[in-house]
Amino acid sequence: MTRVIRCLIYRDLLVAWRRRSDVAVTLLFFVIVVSLFPLGVGPEPELLRQIAPGVIWVAALLSSLLALGRLFEADHADGTLEQLALGAAPLGVVVSAKALAHWLVSGLPLVAIAPLLALQYDLPGGLYGVLALSLLLGTPVLSMIGAIGAALTLGLRGAGVLLALLVLPLFVPVLILGAGAVEMAAAGVGGHGQLLLLGAMLVVAAALAPWASAAALRISLE
Amino acid sequence: MLEAADLACERGGRALFHGLNFSLASGELLRIGGANGSGKTSLLRILCGLLTPSAGEVRWQGQAIRSLAEEYSRSLVHIGHAAGLKDELTAAENLAIACTLAGVSRDGAGDALARFGIPGEKPVKQLSQGQRRRAALARLALSQNVPLWLLDEPFAALDAAAISLVEELIRGHAGRGGAVVFSAHQDSGLQETRLIQL
Repeated sequence: MTRVIRCLIYRDLLVAWRRRSDVAVTLLFFVIVVSLFPLGVGPEPELLRQIAPGVIWVAALLSSLLALGRLFEADHADGTLEQLALGAAPLGVVVSAKALAHWLVSGLPLVAIAPLLALQYDLPGGLYGVLALSLLLGTPVLSMIGAIGAALTLGLRGAGVLLALLVLPLFVPVLILGAGAVEMAAAGVGGHGQLLLLGAMLVVAAALAPWASAAALRISLE
Repeated sequence: MLEAADLACERGGRALFHGLNFSLASGELLRIGGANGSGKTSLLRILCGLLTPSAGEVRWQGQAIRSLAEEYSRSLVHIGHAAGLKDELTAAENLAIACTLAGVSRDGAGDALARFGIPGEKPVKQLSQGQRRRAALARLALSQNVPLWLLDEPFAALDAAAISLVEELIRGHAGRGGAVVFSAHQDSGLQETRLIQL
């Protein structure tokens, strides 16, 4: 089983590496959206500091939504998804491995680059860590929840729009907690409560979402 | 080994077949024949568990395949219409990864590709349709210990040499006590085959 997981993560990372431009597009989208706000709102340090957590989190959310379409679609089109469904490991395990590889490619770069982008918003020094930590805990949850939506809309006409309608409402709690953690830390209350809740959501999503996606995939494959 | 009991299939509100019964013992070959759209692919997908029949059930060694789940999928190879190859990877990488994911040893992957005349180091997107088909079928050469082969149109898009190679693999598999179900429009060179006409 661990061999299957390792092999699948290796395969997805290799494919992503050979299609680097796809990966770069989502990252660039994030960079551009976050950078547009200071230009549009104007150089008002106080205002920028206030909107920073929300803007960065919404941009991260949209950027992971953009990447979700790729999660199962290519595998579905070339028939490898059927092979995975008939593989040696349970489909839930396959989905977890794919979601992990997907997060490494589309989520982790956001976590790494967010503190750098936050410089444009003049965040106080101690908040960069909280921002990165909240994204580190939150973006995998987005990938997990998104995997359910991606599996449900697989192969449908207009899947992209449907996926957004289906998944964005489910992203709201993650957004509130993630941005809230940074805001609380900025207010000097400390964002520990929100971060712990995000951690709890991550554990629950990692345990349950792969099986829900697997069930949805089986339906989509029929 | 494999048993189909009273299978029925319905796609898009249209009944494709119903009341289909057959059983397959080890060493047997079964060809599914029928016109385009008669449900050959659907039957193969039902047999490997990807599709749920609208009635009846498939049993593997006496147990319903629903209850066996991965235990059943480990004992079959399914090669469907789509080649199941990633365009970005080379044929050799595709084969090695497919074997690992299916829980089959990848030893001899290079030989298998050489037998099918596939350049292993070329990305699959540079291969022709026929070559892709061969690269997908090369899995059969490494799946000799997997008892059940379910092949959807294995001879489509192949040249004469590749057809006889696949026939040889199928015959060899039956000789070892494996079972093969495949779909094909025309009669193949495999005389010892039973036929189900849909």
